[in-house]
Amino acid sequence: MTVSVDIAKYDTFPKLLRFNANSRAGLPAMREKDLGIWQTWSWAECAEEIRALACGLKALGLDKGDKLAIVGDNRPRLYWAVAAAQSIGAIPVPVYQDMAADELKYVLDHAEVRFAMAEDQEQVDKLLAIAGKSEALQAIIYCNPRGMRHYEQDYIHSYADAVEKGRDYDRANPDFYVQAVDATTGADTSVMAYTSGTTGQPKGVVLSHANILKTAYNAAVWENLQESDNMLAYLPMAWIGDYIFSYAQSYVVGFCVSCPESPETVMTDLRELGPTYFFAPPAIFENLLTTVMIRIEDAGWLKRKMFHYFMAVARRCGPGIADGKAVGLVDRALFGLGNILVIGPLKNILGLSRVRLGYTAGEAIGPDIFNFYRGIGLNLKQLYGSTEASVFVTIQPNGEIKPDTVGTPSPDVELRIADDGEVMFRSPGVFQEYYKNPEATAKAKTADGWVHTGDAGFIGEDGHLRIIDRAKDVGTLTDGSMFAPKFIENKLKFFPNISEAVTFGADRDYVSAFINIDLNAVGNWADRQNISYASYQELAANSQVYDIIAEHIIQVNEDLAKEERTAGSQIRRFLILNKELDADDGELTRTRKVRRGFVADRYAKLIDALFSDLTHCEIETQVTFADGRTDTVKADLELRTLPAPSREAGAAARHAAE
Amino acid sequence: MTATEEIQSAADQRISDEVLMSVRNIRLSFGGVKALRDVSFDIAKGEIRAIIGPNGAGKTSMLNVINGVYHPQEGTIFYKGKTGLMKPHEAATKGISRTFQNLALFRGMTTLDNIMTGRNMKIKRNFLWQALRWGPAQREESENREAVERVIGFLEIESIRKTPVGRLPYGLQKRVELGRALAAEPELLLLDEPMSGMNVEEKEDMCRFILDVNDEFGTTICLIEHDMSVVMDISDRVVVLDYGSKIADGTPNEVRANQAVIDAYLGVSH
Repeated sequence: MTVSVDIAKYDTFPKLLRFNANSRAGLPAMREKDLGIWQTWSWAECAEEIRALACGLKALGLDKGDKLAIVGDNRPRLYWAVAAAQSIGAIPVPVYQDMAADELKYVLDHAEVRFAMAEDQEQVDKLLAIAGKSEALQAIIYCNPRGMRHYEQDYIHSYADAVEKGRDYDRANPDFYVQAVDATTGADTSVMAYTSGTTGQPKGVVLSHANILKTAYNAAVWENLQESDNMLAYLPMAWIGDYIFSYAQSYVVGFCVSCPESPETVMTDLRELGPTYFFAPPAIFENLLTTVMIRIEDAGWLKRKMFHYFMAVARRCGPGIADGKAVGLVDRALFGLGNILVIGPLKNILGLSRVRLGYTAGEAIGPDIFNFYRGIGLNLKQLYGSTEASVFVTIQPNGEIKPDTVGTPSPDVELRIADDGEVMFRSPGVFQEYYKNPEATAKAKTADGWVHTGDAGFIGEDGHLRIIDRAKDVGTLTDGSMFAPKFIENKLKFFPNISEAVTFGADRDYVSAFINIDLNAVGNWADRQNISYASYQELAANSQVYDIIAEHIIQVNEDLAKEERTAGSQIRRFLILNKELDADDGELTRTRKVRRGFVADRYAKLIDALFSDLTHCEIETQVTFADGRTDTVKADLELRTLPAPSREAGAAARHAAE
Repeated sequence: MTATEEIQSAADQRISDEVLMSVRNIRLSFGGVKALRDVSFDIAKGEIRAIIGPNGAGKTSMLNVINGVYHPQEGTIFYKGKTGLMKPHEAATKGISRTFQNLALFRGMTTLDNIMTGRNMKIKRNFLWQALRWGPAQREESENREAVERVIGFLEIESIRKTPVGRLPYGLQKRVELGRALAAEPELLLLDEPMSGMNVEEKEDMCRFILDVNDEFGTTICLIEHDMSVVMDISDRVVVLDYGSKIADGTPNEVRANQAVIDAYLGVSH
């Protein structure tokens, strides 16, 4: 028995903390680097910190039902603040640390946040910029004292100060903490997670302890997580996935969570820690792969040859070996050799050597990228979920991993496909409501607890769920062929040179695409070609860059032509955008998903040009800097037309295959 | 209290009346070229003092005189109660460290090792002890490493700790060089064009670090800079040199209004 806790008895996180502090007192719970050396806190030490902080929050005036905003990168103190707030019945509201001040203000106002826990001066400044305007916000507690000496406002407190006050309070009221924790129940709100939303204002998803605990517990049992596992918490705390993986499951299973030294050191930290449980959205797997490919292109002739040879071997038989299927002796031997020469060292460099279980979710991962990681022996699985489900809806079961499905329903989840093809689910993790938004709640959740996902999908004969696309994004071309933008974009994004793509084609004669080039990959290529450039904009306008992107698109078209269903949606025209799509400009969500509608509105002129005969189009775009200032960028973009797609080639390929 | 007053009062707390260094009547010439002509000014403890001037005004020469690279033909320097010129290594042991206009880092060594070299003056054990890395020598190394890690954390360069500096972009190399100077825990930090060749963002970062060094550690800073706007924003007092002579000395506002300075920068027909 690996997950040994009785979640009926320990039905809230503060109670689970008590359980862990007793049964795992000396085991590591959290790690963080200080002065370059990893420091460890045991469960008992964490419990003590959290107790002091909880009492401190109480002493400063935070009461049951109040909201505590958590703003910052992943830090043990911020995770403790989550538990501390829950201990006294307050509600943690983690927010995205890179939000601009007015976005942050919207969330804080909407959630009526009374207290905020900020990582450092930068976040405090952001909070101060809105504190005057936000009525509810009454106290700010900061973790990192750097640069905070001259802040004399009486509502700003240091973490040390809060803990000190807490210890005093605890001495004066020795029963308070224990009674407060006893008073928490599974029905209490565990967290309010604001969804980034590809449309409209963020919504506050209210999730109870029971929602989160049961879901985290089910998945942990299903995947056989162990208390000896360890994980690196590097994704935004505001994202529900981080809350489930780095907080909830850690409390349920008792494994250790480490926080990176800084957002820039994640790669080094991964290598030093060697996590066994790893989560990353597709974008990160894409970036990792891009980095590897760039380095390989820079490597010597022999290394390059070896890499490509053994990667081909890995792609061919790696997934089979991982799933325990029958694989020929020669292939096995080659794979073994490749493992020693290329794959093992590669995994080591990426910090993935010890990963027992890796998840990817958030959006569809390109099958080629997925197979690459499966090929090098990483037990990578897709899961499908949402904030409204406390993450887990479906998981790919061990041994049944297929790149085109997102797996079977995870334990206790019921799944059904509505008449219009929309995926719906019901589970113990289904959210309580959208905070102060009953209309939205009623729209998303039926009276008997079924939740609309907004995704179109179908369940195959093997019981696996396949997601086609966001239901509202799938359309048809004027000739009636299906157009699934995400599907095409994922194929494009497999090329290291392409970092983001947006395709258009619904109710049009053909498909066209916006491309964002990957500055690292293309920049590296430009360096090797002795092409000088000063900025993204300059590189993006280079006609030789257009040539390589055109080649990639032609390859994608050939791929699309092989399938009857997709042969009609080959890309005819494209352009390379003069700026990278950015969350600060509202073009991406904070979790880096394209906000299709917004992009279509903003670049309407470019889209019209793509569906005309123009070869050039002038565009003026507004960019927002990190500090909120805006500026406009003007450019004259080239529009490139590709040779007419040949359906015959596709038919011939199909014919040959048969 | 207005914002300006607030800044002024913060500055008053920071800067003491005590003079840390006083430069008196320095004359320096190379053959017939008169690099410095009778330059005198002082640096108060805790302030950010800037030396500005057009190209060839003698700014770097002045810095080189202060830390003993050049020996002026006339004049002397008063530093921490003692009068007299120092040799560079004396200056270093007495708490003066500096950065260079053209980077002077060990390109093949990591960021960590480069900054560690800044601790050289603090290491007491001799070569043999260090080679053995035993007992007191090991303890000493740990202490020094800790100091270096504090600098790394302060300058937010954790991610390049183990990267050879030759592979880093220019702006980061500049930051590493500042780190090496800081590792010596100086009382007086001399910065020779800390922002040259940087883009706007890197300049803003560097400004913040300079202000933070001054604020957090109380380090007195004397910097040379070409970019007027940067200097005016961050320094408490400014000395202006032109053709080796001091033509103005005062707060940024005073200097900005000074006709001689305007002439020197914009150029007038002589």
